[in-house]
Amino acid sequence: MSATKRYGSFVALNDVSLHVEAGEFMTLLGPSGSGKTTTLNVVAGFTDVTSGGLTVDGVSFVGVPAHKRNIGVVFQHYALFPHMNVGRNVAYPLSLRGVGKAERERRVARALDMVKMADFAHRYPSELSGGQQQRVALARAIVFDPPLLLMDEPLGALDKKLREWLQLEIKRIHRELGTTFVYVTHDQEEALVLSDRIAVFNQGEIEQIGTGRQLYDEPATLFVGKFVGDSTILRGLARVSGEETAIDIAGETVTARRRLAGDGKPVMLLRPEKLQLVRPGAAADGRNRLKGEIAEAIYLGSGSKYEVRLADGSTAIVRTPLEAESFAIGDPVGLVFAPSDVKLLPDDDRAELTLT
Amino acid sequence: MHPLTRAILGLACVLVAIWLVAPTLVVVPMSFNENKSLAFPPVGFSWQWYENFFSNPDWSASFGNSMKVASLVAIAATVLGTLAAFGLGRMQNAAVGGLLRALLITPMVVPGVVLAIGIYAVYLNTHLVGTLTGFVLAHTVLAVPFVIIAVSASLEVFDKRLETAAASCGADRLTAFRTVTLPIILPGILSGLLFAFVTSFDEIIVALFITSPYLKTLPVQIYASITRDADPTVAAVGTILFLATSLIIAVGLLAGSRRRRG
Repeated sequence: MSATKRYGSFVALNDVSLHVEAGEFMTLLGPSGSGKTTTLNVVAGFTDVTSGGLTVDGVSFVGVPAHKRNIGVVFQHYALFPHMNVGRNVAYPLSLRGVGKAERERRVARALDMVKMADFAHRYPSELSGGQQQRVALARAIVFDPPLLLMDEPLGALDKKLREWLQLEIKRIHRELGTTFVYVTHDQEEALVLSDRIAVFNQGEIEQIGTGRQLYDEPATLFVGKFVGDSTILRGLARVSGEETAIDIAGETVTARRRLAGDGKPVMLLRPEKLQLVRPGAAADGRNRLKGEIAEAIYLGSGSKYEVRLADGSTAIVRTPLEAESFAIGDPVGLVFAPSDVKLLPDDDRAELTLT
Repeated sequence: MHPLTRAILGLACVLVAIWLVAPTLVVVPMSFNENKSLAFPPVGFSWQWYENFFSNPDWSASFGNSMKVASLVAIAATVLGTLAAFGLGRMQNAAVGGLLRALLITPMVVPGVVLAIGIYAVYLNTHLVGTLTGFVLAHTVLAVPFVIIAVSASLEVFDKRLETAAASCGADRLTAFRTVTLPIILPGILSGLLFAFVTSFDEIIVALFITSPYLKTLPVQIYASITRDADPTVAAVGTILFLATSLIIAVGLLAGSRRRRG
């Protein structure tokens, strides 16, 4: 699909282009207002586009109303019909399609089985918990075997443990069905757990599409680097010589073994596992080194996470394994990292994350 | 709560309840009076006024007319009022919607006499005085505001996202309305229906203006009877209506509580 959507002078989607493979689990990831839900609504047919087109399985859906698209949708607020019991809710898409009673019952039972809600057919939605309602909603969306399933932040209203359990259930159902899933979320961990590929949205545009590993190891833009996973950003006066870029930060110099392709002010991005903490005075043996002070020390069980305040006031995030030396708040440290581990990205105002 | 406080509160409630219900209940013994008088307490015991109600064409015809008119009005006002409530609820321009709603509610707000004079004047020219059509039209105008309010209240709490969900399941707008929206707002529509019926059945002001010797509604007949002589048939009618409405409410409450329990 490719689409542009304007509400008056506000551009919700700016020439967004997306290709999803059959059977793939694609996640649309981004902060609130980035355009991911608008994209989903365009695919579902709930919103029409200002310009652009959509094809599913080779069939163009331009001008086709939502109820003719044969696409399953799971909503964040479940949207179960309160005046029908679970069985009738799940049977609803089938009864609309004129499926006979016996066949209907068989398929409803199969769908409820798949979401592990088989015993609840006679209950009403008001008698179910949030997680149970969402599973019924999922059953209703898959019962008519659609070629595409859309899920709009379906786990947003649930607590953490339930969310984690349902994520794995959704993954399992995707494997069993083989249907194409398009999932919307703002939670990057959730995206990494569930997806084959992820499209990262920011301010109405897709900044990068790739597997979780590609987004984490090779972010294409500063926004993607900051949004997916933790990161340390180093900014300063940049000098490029040959294939190397050097940045001066408060009197110290760090280098990266690469250079930016186009124009743009180079910014260094480092993942927390690639940073090491050493006592001041310890050798750096050829690697980059910056002076800093421990601002925050967090014990995670599987290791530790430190926030280090650097000489220029910025914060570095470091993860250390269990067996590494531990530091206390206020300890002066040296931040050490290899030039080859530095990711170089052009600076970008669009990368400013607003915390809503 | 202190037992004495509870006792005083109970007593006060009972007294208030009696004070509220008593005027209605007075009618019951009055209807069994042996003499043709509205004296209270009544003298003797007789079913004759009930007999009179069912046999006397003045009374039975006017009762039949009221039932006819009220039934037609209930249906007409509910259909129109529900459509209006929908239209008003889904308007894009909120200001225009508010204005229209205010306009549609005016028959409820304007003094009945003002409406009656206007309706009568128009009916004189269009020869609708004393006709069934005339009555039904006038009462529908009076009843529609009630339906709009009742249905709008239901619509307000209706989650529009359910219609989106129905669309994703394959329902076009009419089917979604029929299978999802309508069943959920049905209580509002039914309560509007009841209001419309009662409003028409009970209506006296406009009725007095547009009545004719050939078409009288029950309230008009009651009024004529009371101002002419002291016929206890009026009390009999009152008792019958009181019993009928109490029965309907009781059945309604029982049905409602059984549905909630089951």
